[in-house]
Amino acid sequence: MLSALMTGLTSACAVFAIAILVLILTYIAVRGFSAINLEFLIDTPKPVGEGGGIGNAILGSVLMTVLATGIGLPIGIGGGVYLAEMGSNWFGSIVRFLADTLIGVPSIIVGIFIYTLIVLPMGRQSGLAGALSLAIIMIPIVARTTEEMIKLVPKSMREGALALGAPEWRVTWNIVMPAAASGIATGAMLAIARISGETAPLLFTALNSRFYNYFYDQPMASLTVQIYNYATGPFDVEHQMAWAATLILVGLILAINVAVRYLARRRY
Amino acid sequence: MESKISISNLNFFYGKAQALYDINLEIPEREVVAFIGPSGCGKSTFLRTLNRMNDTIPIAKVDGTVLIDGEDIYSSKTDVVALRRKVGMVFQKSNPFPKSIFENVAYGIRINKMQTSKSDLNDRVEKALVNAALWDEVKDRLSSSAFGLSGGQQQRLCIARALAVEPEVILMDEPASALDPIATQKIEELVVELKKDYTIVIVTHNMQQAGRVSDRTAFFMLGKLIEYNPTQKMFTNPDERLTEDYITGRFG
Ligand SMILES: Nc1ncnc2c1ncn2[C@@H]1O[C@H](COP(=O)(O)OP(=O)(O)O)[C@@H](O)[C@H]1O
Ligand SMILES: [Mg+2]
Repeated sequence: MLSALMTGLTSACAVFAIAILVLILTYIAVRGFSAINLEFLIDTPKPVGEGGGIGNAILGSVLMTVLATGIGLPIGIGGGVYLAEMGSNWFGSIVRFLADTLIGVPSIIVGIFIYTLIVLPMGRQSGLAGALSLAIIMIPIVARTTEEMIKLVPKSMREGALALGAPEWRVTWNIVMPAAASGIATGAMLAIARISGETAPLLFTALNSRFYNYFYDQPMASLTVQIYNYATGPFDVEHQMAWAATLILVGLILAINVAVRYLARRRY
Repeated sequence: MESKISISNLNFFYGKAQALYDINLEIPEREVVAFIGPSGCGKSTFLRTLNRMNDTIPIAKVDGTVLIDGEDIYSSKTDVVALRRKVGMVFQKSNPFPKSIFENVAYGIRINKMQTSKSDLNDRVEKALVNAALWDEVKDRLSSSAFGLSGGQQQRLCIARALAVEPEVILMDEPASALDPIATQKIEELVVELKKDYTIVIVTHNMQQAGRVSDRTAFFMLGKLIEYNPTQKMFTNPDERLTEDYITGRFG
């Protein structure tokens, strides 16, 4: 009786959670779909009423996410491996505590930090500053999930390798890491999805740009900031474009999810 | 008698808790020695002192000497990697790596850089699998995952993996405790077969198994070695009252 009640309650919660997700996705799709066309995807923003698109914003988001991932992923994974394998001392505890704190810090604060550290000395906002703030958001998330995933690898597997005469670092590198790979990849994916949806830190650091910009030392457009601009504009066409850009952003995040899941699928 | 392994005055501590008390034991070359005793009496702990597996436990402390081929394995000059290559280990729960069947066996060969060529590596893997009585069952699916094997096959894969690095001693910690009777029988036959080339120490909680596979049996209780004798004698006419009580199942 109690068990049936619990099953009912938890199922209801699950259905509720999924229903909200489906509702949001459908709403975005319905509102955004009509404004999407080729011109929208490749054009740069134009004055209201003259069309325009988000091509440069897509490019900027991709460039900044790629650089942030290139910096954040290795550092995050390396830090996580350190915490899992050697972090049972006081230094490890401090690093773990700081990482957890950083995860909880609102991203706008990371933006202010980079603004002070990079933007002010450089004298302008830039794609580099945007990517760096995204990397800072990414590192602690990746480090902590990596640590947890590595700790889930059974001790027996590790001992099996040690018993064959493998030195510790090889055990970590070619037994523990592959065993934890799909979990680490999932964590990485979540972190990438998280940073590709960030707006606040980019507002101060990357600013925006009305043009295609391939250079990290110049201000860079991003989907999220572009969505913010369109959504807060006074005109309906702009709102329409905000929805369309949102749909593209969600689609990109979904694509990252699928791709990483495919790459991290269990081969053994 | 020629001892492969010679243990004297061995005491072992987990932090402050003593797990082994003053153990003295001689293990002859190319024989099977069984360790029996109630669970928690220190059999695994003792086995793991023989390849320094306890080094991985920070609070572990060993006192006394363990000589293998006359060399003190706890001396500061000991190369632990070389020791573990010489003294292989098979665990209670089979623990294949998340790799293919082939790569599981090749792993130890590769890390110890034993292969001279690709074909030499293949030969070594095949030989190890043949010696572990697994080759016929896996030869057509060497590149598939080791996790797809049955429990008994996984355990023989772990034995093959240990054999591939050409050890001289093999330590087995209740290698059949998680297996069904048929898989267990296969492992037992394998142990008897391997005795021709290797010195084997096997922990078991199964009295009949100790009787079937071992030449000598050591009986432990509460961290102490109570009796060590040829298995035949141990099971028919033990010296100690405690041994008799345990073997006849009066406690355990
Ligand atoms: N890693 C460990 N840390 C602390 N105590 C341990 C550890 N491993 C085993 N022990 C203790 O040492 C004693 C012997 O354990 P073990 O060697 O596993 O016995 P057996 O293999 O005979 O069942 C037990 O009391 C056990 O609780
Ligand atoms: Mg045990």
